[in-house]
Amino acid sequence: MSELAVTVLGHDRPGIVADVTGVLATLGANLTDSTMTRLRGHFAMTLICAGELSAAEVEDALRPLTADGRLTVGVRDVGADEESPAAGVPHLVHVHGADRLGIVAAVTRVLAEAGGNVTDLSTRLVGPLYVLVAEVELAKDSTEEVAARLAEVSESLGVEVTLRRAEADLL
Amino acid sequence: MSSANELARAESLGIEGVVRPVLTAPHPVLAEPGELVDPTDPEIVRLAADLFATMRVSPGCVGLAAAQVGVGVRLFVVDVTGHPKSNTVHGAYALANAEIVEASRWRPGREGCMSVPDLTGDVKRAGRIVVVGESPGTGAKITLTTDAFEARALQHEIDHCAGRLFLDRVSGAHALYQRKVYL
Repeated sequence: MSELAVTVLGHDRPGIVADVTGVLATLGANLTDSTMTRLRGHFAMTLICAGELSAAEVEDALRPLTADGRLTVGVRDVGADEESPAAGVPHLVHVHGADRLGIVAAVTRVLAEAGGNVTDLSTRLVGPLYVLVAEVELAKDSTEEVAARLAEVSESLGVEVTLRRAEADLL
Repeated sequence: MSSANELARAESLGIEGVVRPVLTAPHPVLAEPGELVDPTDPEIVRLAADLFATMRVSPGCVGLAAAQVGVGVRLFVVDVTGHPKSNTVHGAYALANAEIVEASRWRPGREGCMSVPDLTGDVKRAGRIVVVGESPGTGAKITLTTDAFEARALQHEIDHCAGRLFLDRVSGAHALYQRKVYL
C-alpha cells in the first residue's frame, strides 16, 4: 500500500473536486486526509490517498483535467505513515495589522527557533489588513519565552500578536 | 443581581449625538488599551450620545466602542434587542469602565465587527457573565448579569476597550471567514 500526495491548483470552476475525486475513486485510491480552499479565488487542493497504485498511474489518469491549461496536477509518492514529530502543547497564534513584507516569515521563525511545530496556518489579506491564525505545538513550559520573543517581533513589525494555549478559556 | 434601572439610556443623556465615522483595522487606536474615564465628564457623555447615534444608523450593529470612532477610552454602547440569539436583554445602554467579574458557560459562536468589515470568525465566549461598570452621565455603579447574545456582545465591546479585536480570539486556523471574495 502506497501513500500518494495529490495537489491540484488553478482556475476555480464548479466540479473540480468531483472530477478529481471521481478519478481517484475509479482507480481504487482511498482518500485519507484532504483539504481544499480558494486562495484569492484560485482553486487549491491537497490530499493524501492510499492504494496499490504508483504516482505515475494516478498522474496519467488525472492528466485530462489539465488539458485546457487552467489546472495543474501533481502526484508524489510520500511513502507510508512516517513517524511525526513529538506532539507538543497546542497553542494558537493570532497576528493582525497593516500588510507588509515578511510578517509570516518573522513570526514563524520565532516559533521555529523555539522548536515549535506549526500544524495548521491560514492567512488573509483583506484591503490593507493582514490576518494570520496559526496552530502550533510548543515544547512544555516554553509559552512565556515564545510570547516574549513574539512581542519583540510584533513591536518591530508594527502588528498585533497574541499567543495562547489552545484549550485556555481565560478572557 | 443587576442595577438595570440605572443604566445610561440614549434619551437619559440629554444630548442628541452625532454620527461619527467608524474606523477599520489596522487603525492603531483599535489595538491600544483604552483609558479609564470619569463617567460624569461632559465629553464622555457627549461621546456616549455619539456612539448611540452611530450604532442606530448602522444596520445590524449591536454594539459600538469608543475606540471604533477613534477615541481610546473605556466606553461603549450595546443593544441586542430583538436579536434571535439573545435571551436576557437590557435594551440599549452605554457603559464606562466595564469589567467582567464572572464568566461561565463557554460556547463558540460566529462574530463580525464593523471595524473588520470583510471577515467573520468563530470565537469562544462565556454564555453567562457578570459585568461591573459605570453609567455615563450619572456615574451610577452598575452590576449587570446577562447571558447568551448580550453576554457575547458585552465581551466583544469590553475587548475593544482593552485594544483587542475578535481577530485575537479566533478559535483556529480555519475559523476565519471572508465575507467578500477578492479576485
